[in-house]
Amino acid sequence: MSVTLLFAIVLALAFVGYLLGRANASGLKAAGNSLHSIPPYHGYFVALWCGLPAFLLVFIWQAAQSTVVDQLLLASLPPHLTEGMTPARVSLMLGEIKNVAAGRMFGTPDQAIIDAAARYQSLQNTASLAMVVCTLAAAVAGIAFARSRLSPEFRARNRVDGILRWLLIVCSILAILTTLGIILSLVIESWAFFSRVPVAEFLFGLNWSPQTPIRADQVASTGAFGAVPVFWGTIFISVIAMLVALPVGLFSAIYLVEYADKRVRSVVKPLLEILAGIPTIVYGFFAVLTVAPFIREFGMSLGLSVASNSALAAGGVMGIMIIPFISSFSDDAITAVPQSMRDGAYALGATKAETIRQVLLPAALPGIVGGVLLAVSRAIGETMIVVMAAGLTATLTVNPLEGVTTVTVQIVTLLIGDTEFDSPKTLAAFGLGLVLFISTLALNILALQVVKRYRERYE
Amino acid sequence: MTTLDTTEASGMIMNKTAEEAGALAKAVSTAKAGHETKIAASKVSVFYGDKQALFDVSIDIPARQVMAFIGPSGCGKSTFLRCINRMNDTIDNCSVKGTIEIDGANIYDPKIDPVLLRARVGMVFQKPNPFPKSIYDNIAYGPRIHGVAKAGSAMDEIVERSLQRAALWNEVKDRLDQPGTGLSGGQQQRLCIARAIAVNPDIILMDEPCSALDPIATAKVEELIDELRAQYTIVIVTHSMQQAARVSQKAAFFHLGNLIEVDETDKMFTNPSDQRTQDYITGRFG
Repeated sequence: MSVTLLFAIVLALAFVGYLLGRANASGLKAAGNSLHSIPPYHGYFVALWCGLPAFLLVFIWQAAQSTVVDQLLLASLPPHLTEGMTPARVSLMLGEIKNVAAGRMFGTPDQAIIDAAARYQSLQNTASLAMVVCTLAAAVAGIAFARSRLSPEFRARNRVDGILRWLLIVCSILAILTTLGIILSLVIESWAFFSRVPVAEFLFGLNWSPQTPIRADQVASTGAFGAVPVFWGTIFISVIAMLVALPVGLFSAIYLVEYADKRVRSVVKPLLEILAGIPTIVYGFFAVLTVAPFIREFGMSLGLSVASNSALAAGGVMGIMIIPFISSFSDDAITAVPQSMRDGAYALGATKAETIRQVLLPAALPGIVGGVLLAVSRAIGETMIVVMAAGLTATLTVNPLEGVTTVTVQIVTLLIGDTEFDSPKTLAAFGLGLVLFISTLALNILALQVVKRYRERYE
Repeated sequence: MTTLDTTEASGMIMNKTAEEAGALAKAVSTAKAGHETKIAASKVSVFYGDKQALFDVSIDIPARQVMAFIGPSGCGKSTFLRCINRMNDTIDNCSVKGTIEIDGANIYDPKIDPVLLRARVGMVFQKPNPFPKSIYDNIAYGPRIHGVAKAGSAMDEIVERSLQRAALWNEVKDRLDQPGTGLSGGQQQRLCIARAIAVNPDIILMDEPCSALDPIATAKVEELIDELRAQYTIVIVTHSMQQAARVSQKAAFFHLGNLIEVDETDKMFTNPSDQRTQDYITGRFG
């Protein structure tokens, strides 16, 4: 029986439980009792007791089943098959048994393996059947238990509330645990990297060339992991992006809030926000196929030498991508400045521009700064545009017409292709990832602090 | 007021700085005896889109007195107040008909720059609205944008004088660099009055200036209004009958967008000529 069907049956049982609980309570009420909670809450209580333990059981069972079956299978294998094998060989053999069980045979397998495959199949079948039986039993037992609790004084309403609260807590804990897991895996891999390459060399070294020989006889550099040029590339492209996005975003926000009438605003604002909905890979096309050639042609007509992967093209297009970020944050911040501030300035005889420059912008500054910081962290973490439009060579340059590379581009190039997962070259990606994570996290925390302080002022 | 005065006054609004205009206008008016008319409105109607909020209001407001506008909520008194410094211009779909003359010059004349007008006609709002700047900068903002004084001792003097006139100097003189938003509500409102005074206006409009203040702060502001009357023409919108009785010399009663009655405050509160005024004052509606 498939898990989906099982889920459907449990859901149906839960619904039956709901009807039973409600009918039970209605019966109590009809008998002249005064109930603490209205009948539907009795129904919900029974339904939750029916559904939740059963679902939980299915999840745990699914997670544990393969391990348990593998262990049982290994224990049942004739000893000569597993004797003196490394864990890696054992897992290879398990894979072979499973392939045979699934009917994918390569050559003629050992008779012992074929027997094992049959055993594996039967173990699996038993396990699945047991899961169905246990789950349904749990659901029915849940209904029985919950119904036994029902009585006129039973506080079904409060109990349902309590159960829902736990459900919500579990969901938020899941989200937090996932984050922690991601951080942990990043830190562990980075640790492995930093045990091979000193932290100081990584953070302050000026030479980045991560090519290492895969085999001993290969001709390749020994690898240099000074990440400063890579960090610089990220910063440089982000700065170019902000130079584009900050004025355009901020000024369009000012126009939309203070000058545009309702009709213009209702057209222009959604148009600006469309920019935020464009997939970054499309921006990448735009940068590579339109902007970069344009900049190169234009530079050449002026007699400048322009790299085909110029920082200017990548940064400029990234800036366009970030415009809606800045403009929508600035828009919110300026709109949130109370009308009384504008009135106060106008009543003193200030013009519109004076009011905006000297009163509205200072008052909205914390909100704008918060938005800009979030935009910067978005720019730093942006991958697709730079993978397509920025270069691969790590150069320390301040010339926007040259190519630079960024942290995200390097992570991508380090991880694609056939590489061992324990070479410093691959591990360097995690070191870069950790630095990226820490810096964007710091920026986000800073931005949220700034925005929070600003909110406290006006609400 | 003679024709000569009229052209002079309008010329001043257009050509000279706000301070000069204010000082000269005051010199002209002090030379005259009694309380001559400072603001003369005739047939003022205000529309928000299609909705008419004010119907043909005509009123003369005397110089260097306190005129109180009273009436139930939504009666148009704040709307009319905001016509006097053309603050209604900042509302998108609002249009004003009729004329309002200040010292004989129509402020709705296309030649008048509303920005300069607002420097002559200060305004204090219902809720204190100091800028999120220091106390000093709050006061210095107006003089700075009008080029009355540059930073330095001249500006220090304006700040001190304005704060003194607003009876706030002694409370804040040691913390001029602190944010104006950190003051108490009553102090903030006096800061806003000082801010309006700093650009040296002739007229100060007050839109329910005490409605967000506690009784003690209200008493201080009322005391201040009484002192300011010596130098400024004050128009105050208030919901409190007691306040109108305490601070004003003349009162105007608005009802449903119409001006019902204008009279000496004493007379209006003891012997109103219109039944609706009588009903409002005695608390039968509103």
